[in-house]
Amino acid sequence: MTTTANRTKPAARASGAPAGVEPVLTGVQTITFAKALTLAMADAMEADTSVLVFGEDVGTLGGVFRVTDGLTRRFGPERCFDTPLAEAGIVGMATGMAMNGMRPVVEMQFDAFAYPAFEQITSHVAKMGNRTRGLVRLPMVIRIPYAGGIGGVEHHCDSSEAYYVHTPGLTVLTPSTVTDAYVMLRDAIASPDPVVFLEPKKLYFTKDTVDLDELRSRYDADASVSSSIGTSVVAREGTDATLIAYGPSVSIALAAAETAATEGRSLQVIDVRSLVPFDDEGVCAAVRSTGRAVVIAEAPGFASMAAEIVARIQERCFHSLAAPVLRVTGFDIPYPAPRLEKYYLPGVDRILDAVDNLQWEN
Amino acid sequence: MTNHPEFIENTANDGRAEGNLLPSVQPVQLIAPEGTKHPESATAGWKERYALPSVDTLLEGYGRLVMGRRINDQANALVRQGRMAVYPSSFGQEACQVAADMCLDQDDWLFPTYRDTVAILGRGVDPLEAFESLRGDWHSGFDPKEYKTALPATPLATQLLHAVGVAHAAKLRGEDTVALALCGDGASSEGDFHEALNFAAVFHVPVVFLIQNNQYAISVPLRQQNVAQSLAHKAIGYGMPGERVDGNDLAALLSVVGAAVKRARDGGGPALIEAHTYRMESHTNADDATRYRSAEEVASWAPKDPLLRLQKYLHDAGELSADDAERFASDAEAVAKILRDGLKTETSPDPADLFRYVYSEPTPQLHEQSRMLADELASALAPEGVSS
Repeated sequence: MTTTANRTKPAARASGAPAGVEPVLTGVQTITFAKALTLAMADAMEADTSVLVFGEDVGTLGGVFRVTDGLTRRFGPERCFDTPLAEAGIVGMATGMAMNGMRPVVEMQFDAFAYPAFEQITSHVAKMGNRTRGLVRLPMVIRIPYAGGIGGVEHHCDSSEAYYVHTPGLTVLTPSTVTDAYVMLRDAIASPDPVVFLEPKKLYFTKDTVDLDELRSRYDADASVSSSIGTSVVAREGTDATLIAYGPSVSIALAAAETAATEGRSLQVIDVRSLVPFDDEGVCAAVRSTGRAVVIAEAPGFASMAAEIVARIQERCFHSLAAPVLRVTGFDIPYPAPRLEKYYLPGVDRILDAVDNLQWEN
Repeated sequence: MTNHPEFIENTANDGRAEGNLLPSVQPVQLIAPEGTKHPESATAGWKERYALPSVDTLLEGYGRLVMGRRINDQANALVRQGRMAVYPSSFGQEACQVAADMCLDQDDWLFPTYRDTVAILGRGVDPLEAFESLRGDWHSGFDPKEYKTALPATPLATQLLHAVGVAHAAKLRGEDTVALALCGDGASSEGDFHEALNFAAVFHVPVVFLIQNNQYAISVPLRQQNVAQSLAHKAIGYGMPGERVDGNDLAALLSVVGAAVKRARDGGGPALIEAHTYRMESHTNADDATRYRSAEEVASWAPKDPLLRLQKYLHDAGELSADDAERFASDAEAVAKILRDGLKTETSPDPADLFRYVYSEPTPQLHEQSRMLADELASALAPEGVSS
């Protein structure tokens, strides 16, 4: 009666590391943004057996960006596994798992490939805690490589954050540094609420030197480091105007500030990093300190996260402003073909032009 | 050839693996609409015989049908009186819900649709908690984890994937939990239906999908929804067994669903069951079914009623005592009274709840909005002419 043809064999889990498993990195290391994400998942999986990773090509292949590389070898095919190619299925199954004691971390292969999961995300993932009066929380993370700047073909470069930030119940995070890639993904996995975790794919292979022991120590049982969720960070100090950016745009904002410095203008750069909850306090304090602001984002500007940030600043900081808050965003067009993306993406010149337009004569 | 070749054909395994996955040619029926034992009642399926459940089981089922019917009648009345916003009646198709409840253990999970309030009560949920969403005070009124019963799903087929996830999690932990997910014939057209069945089969998880084919998706008849031989035949495409059952025959449902649940629990994987039934009333009180189906068609289903059928069978078999009948009726009346009394009571949902549960900890923005609403309400309550 019982058919066994499709049954997954229990993972071979001899004591000690299974064959083919790389040694765990420790101490000070120069690693990529992608590796920091991998380590965050691995460390979370090590600490908590309810953490599972699944999605398309995340198992044997290690993900098309290799972000899940090694997880199946280390934790076995029951804890990191490939699914059929169906995004609603992935998010819907993760929802059920989170209802039943697991902490799934799922990967949508590309931004625009996450759209089939939209109903599950908006109607169930985002609403479950509210509709059950907090009785059923969904501790799950939906990782989405997003945004452009990599010469990708269509459907591979969308900045889709507006859809998620507009959906109450979702936490929406987007790191821009190697350290934040690790810290924010750990915080996302630890969150009792569902997190849409947007990974700027052009940053995957950027590198930084980090102290892994120090990063890990933040998640020791007795650690008292507070979560990155809901906080922005000052990415560069400055006094004349504030550039507000997140994800893939932070590095452009920093480059613009560097150029401006050579021209005698001191630009502060804020990395929003937590789109929801949004750090009104931190962002407004920064803008008040300079009195001028430009918001930078890759997504089309109409009805966007950038539009929301501008509105919030003007509602809260109006009397501290010496000029209207300006935006440098993508155009209101579908993401362009690779040879045209340079015209679309916010760049240093466009940002500095906006800064020049902040009514300095006043 | 016998009088019922359809039941025989399915026993033939011609060597193809698919042979065991095919549903019976006609829906499995153990008690005929007339309340008589089906002449071929011990029919075949999945290499086993569908046997008539014990008298005790049938009596329990009959009691649950009486309860379900009373709940439907009472809820319809309460909607007419304006005590509830809406009620999707399951009058006439209660047997599927009763079978789902009876085939599950307490630790198993049920995933109901919006038409399955009877099944939710059958899981032990407090009647007023079960009706809270229909009354409009909140989106739900009971703890899904306490009753291992998901909130009724309004989007179609989305809950099937949640059932797969719940079962998958249980399987990974080595628990023998089974998830049973209900859906309608219309939901079988949704993409999530496909993804759920495929995921369940690929991961070989213990989920039983029970389609209540009540012939209409609001107004659209099944023939415009599906041209496969049956909805149960879709199972074979996923590599799981499919079965068809008379959805107004509680005995057959208990046998077929029970076998699928047992098979899933024993590691046999998922199954798809299509139960043929009929929605005797409109989609909801806001719908007018006379616009899309004839009185003759509706009348033709009345003699197939699940409650009357089992009543007649048990009565004719001398198994339904007057005491039992009275007890079932009074139990049902007690629940109806709870609903009447409870829904008559005025409630006042707390506006602060709007912000309380969106996140585990309300965001600073939600705190701000909550204070704004509280101030609005406070000033609305302040005496006229007094401004703060």
